[in-house]
Amino acid sequence: MTIKESQDKIIDDFALFEEWSDKYEHIIQMGEDLPAMDPKYKVDENLIRGCQSKVWLHAEFKDGLLHFTADSDAQITKGLVALVVSAVSGHTPADIADTDFYFINAIGLTGHLSQTRAGGLASMVKQIKMYALGYKVQQAQKN
Amino acid sequence: MKVAETMVQIPLDIEKIRLDFPILHTTVNGKPLVYFDNGATTQKPLAVTRAIETYYNTYNSNVHRGVHTLSQKATMAYEEARTTVAGFINAQPEELIFTKGTTDAINLLAYTFGKKFIKEGDEIIISAMEHHSNIVPWQLCCEERKAVLKVVPINENGELLMDEFERMLSDKTKLVAITYVSNTMGTINPVRDIIRLAHARKVPVMLDAAQAVQHIAVDVKELDVDFMAFSGHKLYGPTGIGALYGKLSWLEQLPPYQGGGDMIKTVSFDKTVYADPPLRFEAGTPNIAGAIGMAAGVKYIIGIGLDKIATTERILTEYALERLSSIDGLRLIGMAEHRGPTFSFVIGNSHPTDVGELLDQQGIAVRTGHHCTQPLMDRYCIPGTARASLSFYNTPEEIERLVDGINKAMKLLKR
Repeated sequence: MTIKESQDKIIDDFALFEEWSDKYEHIIQMGEDLPAMDPKYKVDENLIRGCQSKVWLHAEFKDGLLHFTADSDAQITKGLVALVVSAVSGHTPADIADTDFYFINAIGLTGHLSQTRAGGLASMVKQIKMYALGYKVQQAQKN
Repeated sequence: MKVAETMVQIPLDIEKIRLDFPILHTTVNGKPLVYFDNGATTQKPLAVTRAIETYYNTYNSNVHRGVHTLSQKATMAYEEARTTVAGFINAQPEELIFTKGTTDAINLLAYTFGKKFIKEGDEIIISAMEHHSNIVPWQLCCEERKAVLKVVPINENGELLMDEFERMLSDKTKLVAITYVSNTMGTINPVRDIIRLAHARKVPVMLDAAQAVQHIAVDVKELDVDFMAFSGHKLYGPTGIGALYGKLSWLEQLPPYQGGGDMIKTVSFDKTVYADPPLRFEAGTPNIAGAIGMAAGVKYIIGIGLDKIATTERILTEYALERLSSIDGLRLIGMAEHRGPTFSFVIGNSHPTDVGELLDQQGIAVRTGHHCTQPLMDRYCIPGTARASLSFYNTPEEIERLVDGINKAMKLLKR
């Protein structure tokens, strides 16, 4: 699945829910389904700034693709990071760096999220892009 | 206790009072607002917003420096506001310094008192339940003066260990700075004992009354307290205004805090003669509208009656305690015998921000996080709490909505 297809699927999934509680239930479920993060990566260097709750994000570069693992001590935040990670994980740094995370607005999350949570989400996206750009530059230098 | 039964005991006509607060009739996320974040800031009655509006629309002018009519009217209103706020705590007007708020008041005291009275090896006593505003200024002061900050520990219920406090007091102690009411746990501290013990050693006491003056009638003369800090915005007034009370005999000894207009008698390039308190500590154009608004808030409370407010809040507190305790897995942080209407809680392993966000979806405003009391959170080994803090304008029905809201949130969080 391309990043665009992943994002469209997230949008379709959320379109099914009318109640705010169903949306949140789905987000929390996404968090629960997120593959467990290796505890050795749950270190301060992997903490994302700007989140009220703790969010760890780790990037692994393998065979030209960038894989993300993440975790959070709060369930809703974990679900949010799971959504973002699921949309882009396993793609090339170049593709991820160029990604417009349009699904966030499309599923109406920004309207529902508290300002601090929305800020945290922006920080997650920013951190993912930072990783992608870093590896993209590294690759360009090798080629 | 049933809702109907509770309403019968409440001495105030809450529904009538709520008409004074337009915001209480708004909706959040499609639901009627339940505002339980009064510990952070209270809502403003029309009496306050109208006083500010009238000032700006009819006599806006600078104070203490104009001979024209508007300036005289503004000066009069500003000084009347000082008299009103001072009278509210039974202080003289010259003993009341207008500040930006509690934090500013404590910083003012820490800076000036530190400069004048604290030297190397001296000690300042605070407590384990202080919020950052009553920790950091004293840390800065101690660092600068090479003094030592001592912290009175608390028990599991969130009450001060008074034996420890007594042991800590010594000839080295130069000041005790302790909160009257905990902003996180609602604990009401035995301030009379604290003041008595400190004074026995000739040590002055500053009370952080930011969470006290809106709930309890505070009389500084009767308490014999030396300094007291509080905010306008937690007292149904506007933000950006607060006060530092100080006994005149203390204030007269303190050096200026900031330099600039209004804090001087005369200025020449050789020597500046500072004004007497309180103006010595009010450099620059003060928050005139803020002071007028704060006084309007105080008058509003006096009009209702602090005794009736206290009784209403006590009944709501008992009701909330009973209803919150009925929730499976809910743990209240702080179970002091003497407490105000503030409830901090954690539920199971749920993160407080998750609980807060799911309550917000239901129109219920609570505070989440560490409440600027990080050392206290460390004491209980928790990342933070959700906090519901009540005011006399809250109702038993709203407490029921909170309980239902928590139950709904817990169903979603399932842990």
